[in-house]
Amino acid sequence: MNSTVIVFPGSNCDRDIAVALEKLNFKNKMVWHKDTTLPKSDLIVIPGGFSYGDYLRSGAMAAKSNILKEVVRFANNGCLILGVCNGFQILIEAGLLPGALLRNKELKFLSKNIFVKILDNKNKFCNKYKKNQVINLNIAHNEGNFFIDKENLKKLEDQNLIAFKYCDQAGKETENSNPNGSIKNIAGIFNEKKNILGMMPHPERMIDHSVSNEDGVGLFLSILS
Amino acid sequence: MKLSVTITLKKDVLDPQGKAVQNTLQGMGIDNLKSLRQGKYFEIELNESNESAAKKKVDDMCKMLLANLIIENYKIDIVK
Amino acid sequence: MKITQEIISKHGLKEEEYQKIRKLLKREPNLLELGIFSAMWNEHCSYKSSKFHLKNLPTKNKYVIQGPGENAGVIDIGDDDAIIFKIESHNHPSFIEPYQGAATGVGGILRDIFTMGARPIALLNSIHFGDPKNNNTKNLLNGVVSGIGGYGNCVGIPTVGGETKFNSTYNENILVNAMAVGHAKKDKIFYSKAKGLGKSVVYVGSKTGRDGIHGASMASAEFDENSEEKKPTVQVGDPFTEKLLMEACLELMKKKSIIAIQDMGAAGLTSSSVEMASKGGLGISLDLEKVPCREENMTPYEMMLSESQERMLIILETGKENEAQKIFEKWDLDFVIIGKTIKEKNLILKYNKTEVGKIPIDALSDQAPIYERDWKKNKISQRKIKIKDLNKIKFKDAFIKIISSSNHSNKNWVTNQFDQMVMGDTLQKSGGDSAVIRIHKKNKAIAITVDSNANYCKAHPTTGGKQIVCESWRNLISVGSKPIAITNCLNFGNPENSEIMGQFAETIIGMKEACEFLNYPVVSGNVSFYNGTNQKNIFPTPVIGGVGVIDNYNNVFDHKLKAEGNIILVVGKTFGHLDQTAFLREIYNKIEGPPPEINLSNEKNNGLAILKLAKEKLICSIHDVSTGGIISSIAEMSLSSMIGVKINKPKKLLNLFEYFFSEDQGRYILEVKPNDIGKVKQILEDENIHHEAVGVAQKKFFEVENEIKLSVEELYNLNNKWYYNY
Repeated sequence: MNSTVIVFPGSNCDRDIAVALEKLNFKNKMVWHKDTTLPKSDLIVIPGGFSYGDYLRSGAMAAKSNILKEVVRFANNGCLILGVCNGFQILIEAGLLPGALLRNKELKFLSKNIFVKILDNKNKFCNKYKKNQVINLNIAHNEGNFFIDKENLKKLEDQNLIAFKYCDQAGKETENSNPNGSIKNIAGIFNEKKNILGMMPHPERMIDHSVSNEDGVGLFLSILS
Repeated sequence: MKLSVTITLKKDVLDPQGKAVQNTLQGMGIDNLKSLRQGKYFEIELNESNESAAKKKVDDMCKMLLANLIIENYKIDIVK
Repeated sequence: MKITQEIISKHGLKEEEYQKIRKLLKREPNLLELGIFSAMWNEHCSYKSSKFHLKNLPTKNKYVIQGPGENAGVIDIGDDDAIIFKIESHNHPSFIEPYQGAATGVGGILRDIFTMGARPIALLNSIHFGDPKNNNTKNLLNGVVSGIGGYGNCVGIPTVGGETKFNSTYNENILVNAMAVGHAKKDKIFYSKAKGLGKSVVYVGSKTGRDGIHGASMASAEFDENSEEKKPTVQVGDPFTEKLLMEACLELMKKKSIIAIQDMGAAGLTSSSVEMASKGGLGISLDLEKVPCREENMTPYEMMLSESQERMLIILETGKENEAQKIFEKWDLDFVIIGKTIKEKNLILKYNKTEVGKIPIDALSDQAPIYERDWKKNKISQRKIKIKDLNKIKFKDAFIKIISSSNHSNKNWVTNQFDQMVMGDTLQKSGGDSAVIRIHKKNKAIAITVDSNANYCKAHPTTGGKQIVCESWRNLISVGSKPIAITNCLNFGNPENSEIMGQFAETIIGMKEACEFLNYPVVSGNVSFYNGTNQKNIFPTPVIGGVGVIDNYNNVFDHKLKAEGNIILVVGKTFGHLDQTAFLREIYNKIEGPPPEINLSNEKNNGLAILKLAKEKLICSIHDVSTGGIISSIAEMSLSSMIGVKINKPKKLLNLFEYFFSEDQGRYILEVKPNDIGKVKQILEDENIHHEAVGVAQKKFFEVENEIKLSVEELYNLNNKWYYNY
């Protein structure tokens, strides 16, 4: 499977996600943001980091880059798009996913391991997980507090477009297990066609037992299958 | 009474955010853009009808909290 | 402009120093030249008070590739891998503007690392605040922690360890020390020595503004009521540009085009050009109108002394300019040839073709003053506190008070603000004895720790200096690594005061002895004097950053208990030394008496035996015993695993408090499987090392026979609440 990782000035999880993709046998290419064309790709990843320093609004300036126009074109043709952390922020700023990511409720950068629940496994990204399976991932962000208006929230819920929710180890969506104040504990969402996934937690940080655990591997295996 | 506070970085203080926004706008083809600096804007409503007393109150707020006087300047205006 | 007495003293120069400048120049300096002298001759750049003592420290062992004198130290970790590291202070700027001060401190130390060709792989910090009850402590803590995180997180280097301490000695002068560690190929290390004439001197990175003009002088002056007025010179960090600069430099370093490279840190363009010229034994001529400026009408004086961040000076091989320029343009950074290397050993400054300054390079470097300042020997206090003279307190209450105190509480509130996992090689994060980072795509790993103990150093600097080197060594041993070398950040008060100078001289004597005995040399570092306000000096606070190597990352140890039923063993002898301990400070507010003694041969013997046990995989977890004594160490092992422990009272005649709270040195706690205990005891006995079993890991409860019984959750809550309630 061919994957492409887009590198913006200030991206800093680009290497990590490339390591994960290569470990799981993707044929991966890195593409610099000033490029205007994308190589043949089955998956495009927009990695985490601080594109343009997170200045103005996280993801705002990257969303206006030339390469993003290409990403949109690929997405419209059904290519899988994964945005992690800052990548999620960029997808939202680019209008590919609904809602907004506000500052964390404690107004602090937060880096820790958290639990999320898989809400839907009938999609290209999560089919190797069980429905309602609880996995342990890492978050590291300042602006991950997902917000969306009532009408669109209902749409996400009705169409089963919520990918992950923060929860405790037992799978309960409690206030304490919600690290950043996201509405309804939402940690990741799909677009309507479910070929675009944006998520705040980092699956690429959970692929190696020596460093953490292997709870993120399922996501990449799902894409491969 | 409603007042506004505009906070800007002092003249010679580096503005990384403004710089990045400026570069991006220039990259998007706005080539007569000379300079751009980013600031903050507050609107504050007070239960106070005396203009100078209100300004004094907001001035205190700026000094106490709103502005970082080490690197920022502020300007207070009456909105209505 | 006529140079007046007032101008001289505003530049922090003494009258005799000014006379020396006149002699070296054989004329009066102009204002630009005076500014340059003041920047190069101040304590921060010249090490004029410390050099005389620092030269005594050992700086070599078979692993050292580069010792002090470069941007950072370099050690060989086998194959073609080198580790480059350094610690540096940013105390004064952080007190004035905590967020930006701490952020730019991180930025500066990162540049020291990637300037040498290394990709930074870890950040650590040692931050010291005043009494939590002090008015501005909370504000400073918030600002410094978010500044450190704000910079490191954005650049994408994991912040993996450090220490956060509170002590009223820092009420008016906090300490912010940042350490960076990088990895490079041994044959791809870059130095700051210029070579060759007529080579292009290139300015890259951010533009020059009026930031921090005379920051280096500020860092070497005591605070007074007028510190407020110095505020406009605060530098603002731009981690986004730093990330671009780092990637651009590392990309250029893959080509063979750099002769020398130097970060524009303290004293900016001045120190970077002088250092490169001085090391190369040549001169540099700069055309200042070419310097990229952020503001209009900047003067040569401002350009030479600006401390704008995220800038580098590079000397390029002839003909490589275009290739290099393309790389910096790709990363949207300024790239301007601003001068060249010249044969006459002068710094020549021109502005629009007019010469505006000319100073012999030697006058700024080799001829800079060195002082052998008076120093007084510190007496070791013999006053021992006797436990029977103290008011009675319940053992359990004392324990709870210590583990829920500001200095012994869980520091998740701090470390959760740092991205610890980016780069994907963090094997052990903050909270362990050392951080452990895997070398990317290799089997080996390095262990890193940052340590200090100002209370011991104040009580007796020689012992304190020794102790802190040993503590660092012990922390590296505790993760199963072989300690290799250290970097030091020496935070002291006013060196013109003979008592303070005595603290410095004796700390160095102690460090030297320990470093030599343990074959654990100093490869880089930084001295920060004048920490204090209006004659009130801080406690001597040497901070040590240690690096060790682990050949196989599968053999890393931590201090998490592994299984119920395992035996808890104390290695090293407990004498019951209570003076200067956390127990006396937290419970009785007493800070007198001598620090615990250091026995270097026991220290080494115990440490090497632990490594042997680790290598044979006879232990499940290891923790060193440090402040708070045996009981605090065992509690930490329990807390990090949520496994309980049942601890027995000592059979010996030692008092309960002395046994559990004493801070005797060279001790470790081991967790051993019952099946292995015989072998472990045999090895320790063969090495003549004192050991005793104190307890057994058990389910759920942290227990001391007849004294304490707490569920591990209760213990966790007690240990975890301080920061969140502050």
